[in-house]
Amino acid sequence: MCLGIPGKIIEIEQSIGVKMAKIDFGGVIREACIEAIPEAKIGDYTIIHAGFALNVLSEQEALETLSLLQEISDINNELNFNEQEL
Amino acid sequence: MNKNFNFSTSFRNSQLVKGVVEEIKRITTKPWTIMEICGGQTHAIMQYGIDQILPKELELVHGPGCPVCVTPLDQIDRAHAIAAQTNVIFCTFGDMLRVPGSSTDLFSLKAHGAQIKVVYSPIDAVKIAQENPDKQIVFFAIGFETTIPANASSIIQAKAFGLRNFSILVSQVCVPPAMEAILSSPSNRVQAFLAAGHVCAVMGYWQYHPISQKYQVPIVVTGFEPLDLLQGILKAIRQLESGTHIVENAYQRAVSEKGNQAAQEIINRVFEPCDRNWRGIGTIPFSGMGLRSEFDEFNAEHRFNVEHIKTQESEICIAGQILQGLKKPYQCPAFGNVCVPTNPLGAPMVSSEGACSAYYRFSLNREEI
Repeated sequence: MCLGIPGKIIEIEQSIGVKMAKIDFGGVIREACIEAIPEAKIGDYTIIHAGFALNVLSEQEALETLSLLQEISDINNELNFNEQEL
Repeated sequence: MNKNFNFSTSFRNSQLVKGVVEEIKRITTKPWTIMEICGGQTHAIMQYGIDQILPKELELVHGPGCPVCVTPLDQIDRAHAIAAQTNVIFCTFGDMLRVPGSSTDLFSLKAHGAQIKVVYSPIDAVKIAQENPDKQIVFFAIGFETTIPANASSIIQAKAFGLRNFSILVSQVCVPPAMEAILSSPSNRVQAFLAAGHVCAVMGYWQYHPISQKYQVPIVVTGFEPLDLLQGILKAIRQLESGTHIVENAYQRAVSEKGNQAAQEIINRVFEPCDRNWRGIGTIPFSGMGLRSEFDEFNAEHRFNVEHIKTQESEICIAGQILQGLKKPYQCPAFGNVCVPTNPLGAPMVSSEGACSAYYRFSLNREEI
């Protein structure tokens, strides 16, 4: 239920009631409510859950997480390599 | 955006997965029991076989974070009573169709002619109400903090349109009170939590600090991709092994300490905390979000006068114990024989997030079962 899918905002619509946008999920386009991300602009990535945008995703944070995991992975590869050497 | 980067697939990199699993193996010296709160995480763990590549000392137990599973039987029977009425179009997320009530399910009602529509979003139900002014449109507003803003936006939208034929049957629940209920149970086995990433995307994680301190339990905000889950597990084990207990964030790209304050404001505009009964667990004080009195016109329980409906659970199903991490699905006598996805006894066998359904789909042939 709490599954959310990252998508890209490609069009922001003027609508009555709540603010809506068109979201591109890797080629599939769907409408979603962006009332909770007033700062969002076209080109931003957001997690959509039940047709509702939960946040604006941070690419910088994502890349930092991946580089941290890469470091952990490298250290373990090195440890394994050293064990084999011994 | 960097052309080699993708918000989903970059977090499925097999080389990195191997490296992080190695690190988890290297630092784990004792047996530990970790609970993932969210049913979406349970499914990802089973789907990617993450439980199979972790050290044997680690046990992952599955939490109550499946809204379909914890929606009380009373409320499901009320949904059925409303959906069976001839002037009603009953809108629901697809997961609810097969959830057994005490005598039927929405799927069977639909087969008998009830107008039941599966919607992707609560806003879609508002659209159906606009298009069918001579019908009563009822949306089954189940969900955790992740879904509550979407449910709230349907009410804001319906009010803006001045719709008099739209209402919602509310069964919304919040995670922190459920965590406290699990931790304060005498039979609790959980030593660390992976908090539900998308709940935290909305609510932040400031609410978890007092829980972590009071019960001395590490809580790690965790996402849904394999590397997210492994990073969450790694952070939890680091804390368990070093005897610390703080709240950490392993889902930085999506979650901040304060969460999405605009979404929280939307929730609070329409809903307020209330006591809520959790299927299989019982009533947890202030664990629900009910409609504020100024939105009472949108309350389906009052509009259709179904509040009096009360019902009894099946005796054989151990869903309650599974939802609290006390038992695994294969410890249920009905699992895989009497209770299967096409004939579920309890909600965890129905939902795409239920632990029983995850075990049935992904692990029926594993050795331990």
